[in-house]
Amino acid sequence: MRRDALILVGTTKGLFLLDGAAQLKGPYLVGTSVPSVAYDRRRGRILAGATSFFFGTSVRYSDDCGQSWTEPETPNLAFPEGSEAKVAQAWQITPMGPAQPDVVYVGVEPAALFRSADGGQSFELVRGLWDHPHRPTWQPGGGGLGLHTILPDPRDMENRMLIAISTGGVYATEDGGQTWRASNTGIRAEFMPEDQRFPEYGQCVHKVGRDATNPDRLFLQNHFGLYRSDDCGASWTDIANGVPSDFGFPIVTHPSQPGTAYIIPLIADVKRWTTDAACRVYRTTDAGASWEPLTCGLPQQDAYVTVLRDAFATDGADPAGLYFGTRGGELYASQDDGQTWQVLAEHLPPILCVRAAALD
Amino acid sequence: MRVTVYVPAALRQFSAGERRLHVELAAEVAPITLGQVFAALHARAPGVVERALDEQGGVRPHVNLFVDGESVRLGDGLGLQTPVAAGSEVWILPAVSGGGEDATPAPAA
Repeated sequence: MRRDALILVGTTKGLFLLDGAAQLKGPYLVGTSVPSVAYDRRRGRILAGATSFFFGTSVRYSDDCGQSWTEPETPNLAFPEGSEAKVAQAWQITPMGPAQPDVVYVGVEPAALFRSADGGQSFELVRGLWDHPHRPTWQPGGGGLGLHTILPDPRDMENRMLIAISTGGVYATEDGGQTWRASNTGIRAEFMPEDQRFPEYGQCVHKVGRDATNPDRLFLQNHFGLYRSDDCGASWTDIANGVPSDFGFPIVTHPSQPGTAYIIPLIADVKRWTTDAACRVYRTTDAGASWEPLTCGLPQQDAYVTVLRDAFATDGADPAGLYFGTRGGELYASQDDGQTWQVLAEHLPPILCVRAAALD
Repeated sequence: MRVTVYVPAALRQFSAGERRLHVELAAEVAPITLGQVFAALHARAPGVVERALDEQGGVRPHVNLFVDGESVRLGDGLGLQTPVAAGSEVWILPAVSGGGEDATPAPAA
């Protein structure tokens, strides 16, 4: 493992950290589940979406690598009074770039976007999305009605952003979140009647990633279907070419190599474990024209593994460090773009999310 | 009139470490409801109140409130409309429903 890396592992029972020597630290935030976590490298801050079964959800943060945590006096994710909505959990935390040094977005359940202008201490509901006429008709997927993906456009992070909802699909804004348009052309909704399987919105999109070098190119893991867009989400093409299943949760793009993305196919729809009971990561290096299994170091027999949509991440380095956690509490890592894998941790609580950062 | 609110250990970081908080209410407001007690307590310990109640003002589903030993969900089930008298004791407690398989939000698979 990279000596200068930080791995963040959110579980159903708190947060764990691993340093560059793969030393496990924690658990932190005990008494909460942590389905979302982020490392904000602008200020060296860990942000965690922590949900107490009893007392609700807040974004908490640590500026000293987990030694101490700040919890807001009152929960900092809350729908306005009278909206009738209540935050169930935070699905995604996304710090913006250096041009907006204090801005952090959070996606929550029920599907909504919150924006912080003070580094994650306080948040405001993004009304443009909440007031979208489609919103009352979005339906919860099996895991709940979560806004789980936030992808700012690196060319204009202040204004252009793409988000994804299960089940609502992909939406895009070009005016900083004031207006949003559904962006699902070509994505299948398998659970609809045959003549309604390509609706404007309502698809159960599981995760979206952006290509390393072409910001208009996106990769998408759907609830049945793998897709690529070459026009920043305006249209999508099926790229499930040679994979054992087009169902899965995460999709991770390589941080520097174009046309390269990783998935973990699962048997759909009831079992939701790795195909052939073998734990295999699949990689494309040609933008989805073909996929190859990566198996070295991963269990290939009797492996009934489930990896959730945010439990697979890269550390942004080149070659890429790749990390994924399982519902069985194992954490796997690769330091060579996925060619070989090793176990970093076992016997953790069920892993909900993984994030990694190569530190300077 | 004075009402005593007992704060669970998990929330005492929001009550300056106090196990008991005394809430003073103007007697002429009587009859007092539990909701009014929480409204008065909010000025002093908002972190306690907003973890017992959700952002819409309802009792969180896995928090139990007791007034003088009676659960406000049971009996008349008046919830935050439960009457509170001078000298009453209000208890905020995490529900026994915690810790089971459903103790965390459903993951995404």
